Amino acid sequence: MLNAKLKLNEDIFLKDSELKAERDAFGKTIKELGEKYPDVAVLTADLEESVRLTDFAQKFPTRFIETGIAEQNMASIAAGMSFSGLVPFVCSHAVFSPYRNWDQIRLSICFSNANVKIVGSHAGFSNGPDGGVAESLEDIALARVLPGIKVISPIDYYQTIKAVEEIYKTPGPIYLRILKEPTPLITTQDTPFEIGKAYTLVEGTDITIFATGPIIFEALEAAKKLKAVNKINAEVIAVPTIKPLDIETIVSSAKKTGKCVSVEEHQIDGGFGSAISEMLSEKFPVRNVRIGVNNTFGDSGTYDELKNKFGISSHHIIDAILNLLKE
Amino acid sequence: MPAVRKTSEVKDIEKISLIANNLREEVIKMLLEAESGHPAGSLGMSDIFAALYFKILNVDPKNSSDPLRDRLVLSNGHICPILYATLAERGYFPKTKLKLLRKMGSGLQGHPRLGDLPGIENSSGSLGQGLSQAAGMALAAKIKKDPYRIYCITGDGELQEGQIWEAAMFAPSKKLDNLTWIIDRNNIQISGFTEEIMPLENLRDKLESFNWYVLEIDGHNIEEIISACNMARSVSHRPTAIIAHTVPGKGVEFMEYKFEWHGKVPSKDQALKALKSLASLKGKIKSDYD
Repeated sequence: MLNAKLKLNEDIFLKDSELKAERDAFGKTIKELGEKYPDVAVLTADLEESVRLTDFAQKFPTRFIETGIAEQNMASIAAGMSFSGLVPFVCSHAVFSPYRNWDQIRLSICFSNANVKIVGSHAGFSNGPDGGVAESLEDIALARVLPGIKVISPIDYYQTIKAVEEIYKTPGPIYLRILKEPTPLITTQDTPFEIGKAYTLVEGTDITIFATGPIIFEALEAAKKLKAVNKINAEVIAVPTIKPLDIETIVSSAKKTGKCVSVEEHQIDGGFGSAISEMLSEKFPVRNVRIGVNNTFGDSGTYDELKNKFGISSHHIIDAILNLLKE
Repeated sequence: MPAVRKTSEVKDIEKISLIANNLREEVIKMLLEAESGHPAGSLGMSDIFAALYFKILNVDPKNSSDPLRDRLVLSNGHICPILYATLAERGYFPKTKLKLLRKMGSGLQGHPRLGDLPGIENSSGSLGQGLSQAAGMALAAKIKKDPYRIYCITGDGELQEGQIWEAAMFAPSKKLDNLTWIIDRNNIQISGFTEEIMPLENLRDKLESFNWYVLEIDGHNIEEIISACNMARSVSHRPTAIIAHTVPGKGVEFMEYKFEWHGKVPSKDQALKALKSLASLKGKIKSDYD
């Protein structure tokens, strides 16, 4: 079922398949980047351990900047550092950065096309027990509206490693959205990754599922069940780069299947599904049903409980697809 | 030969005062042409801009991206007419460009944008962000062991923004002694007097309690501006804040001290009157230093 060309993890549907957290991938990679490149700097607003920055901080104390709980200051400081030739990574929870400091990201960073990387961890429902206030379900919308920024939402641990390396090498402002929760390993170290590219994980002909972030695992499970139970061949496309979209891959799949759903761990308004729908409505108008959180805040709960309560588990995707195909 | 040195210093100061007066004339002409903009702060900061760009800053307009240059961060972007006029006077771009203030495609936007013109070091316009940007530059200089200095200009009304105080905590904590913060203490903001809208006093005490080295100067006294900036250079392990007491609208009598001129441009008649009074000030400056 999986696209062999992408060298994906063959064991992903096994029951005790390993889970790993994107934030751990970030922490490991940023330390390695620090070793390789003397211009990498890391800033955080009192979330060193939480965003897995301790290794970097210990190894490179002069390039690790603790700003205290001051995300606005942090974003503008990073802009200033980038103007003086450093490549700062601004690291916090997504629900604080790009929320609390959106104006600073707009003016100090994006308006100046500053080479600053914004890392929003604990995105989506991955900070579940902390409750609705701590769940970042609007950050994609906040980030992608800004002119000139790139928005990256990797689907798993290994893709996060590759994304962080590419983000360092790509000039200009970039927002990286990562999760706290350990999630299934979908890609491997040999899976290709480029900013701006979407990847067809499963080829199909009846419907396309576009997904971003680790929630794509629910889409893969849905595709597997649809095939086994309903004889429906769903194409599953991973879209780790939300801005700029890989128009070619997305449109050609939409042309092939003629019906689409988008899946995201985010509000459906203004987020990933909106980006897909907006683009398709101009390039190749087809139905795209947006699956995500619909005009509501979250709640306290485990990651799985919240996915289920707010309508983004595999059975919700299956229901949406069956309904769409009935039309 | 101290007497000779003194003479040349006096000449320098006279020269800078005359430049400041020219800059004020440019500001009035620019605003008249643009038909919108902010005169009070621009005029009030003319002496400081002249002193910075013609005496203090280690910059070369012909090599405006020299990584080791000093940097001036303008946080209260609305007073950019004085920044643009000063950059043109210093030779970053032709003075003929100044009449294009606020005109589409000119690069002289109503608030400055990094990259639009040589010499602009940051984007500003949403108040309160410049001190953080300046702190970032100062920190980068420390990390890279580069010897340049950062100067940040903010308004005073702008100090009502919370981010200023985040940066005010940050800079001393990182011992950013390569950072000089000049506060334009003109006591006005768009809707009135700062002390009536949201009082800032006792400003000196506030800054000292945040561990800044604080100086207070007459922001129209060129000697005081220069010596305060030199003093800041000699302070180590902490940044310096210079509270520069200025007169909003300085040099144009009918604008002076009036918050109504924060963001209102003169009519043609008013502009002519302003230019006339600025022209007469030239003679006064010359006689002051004779």
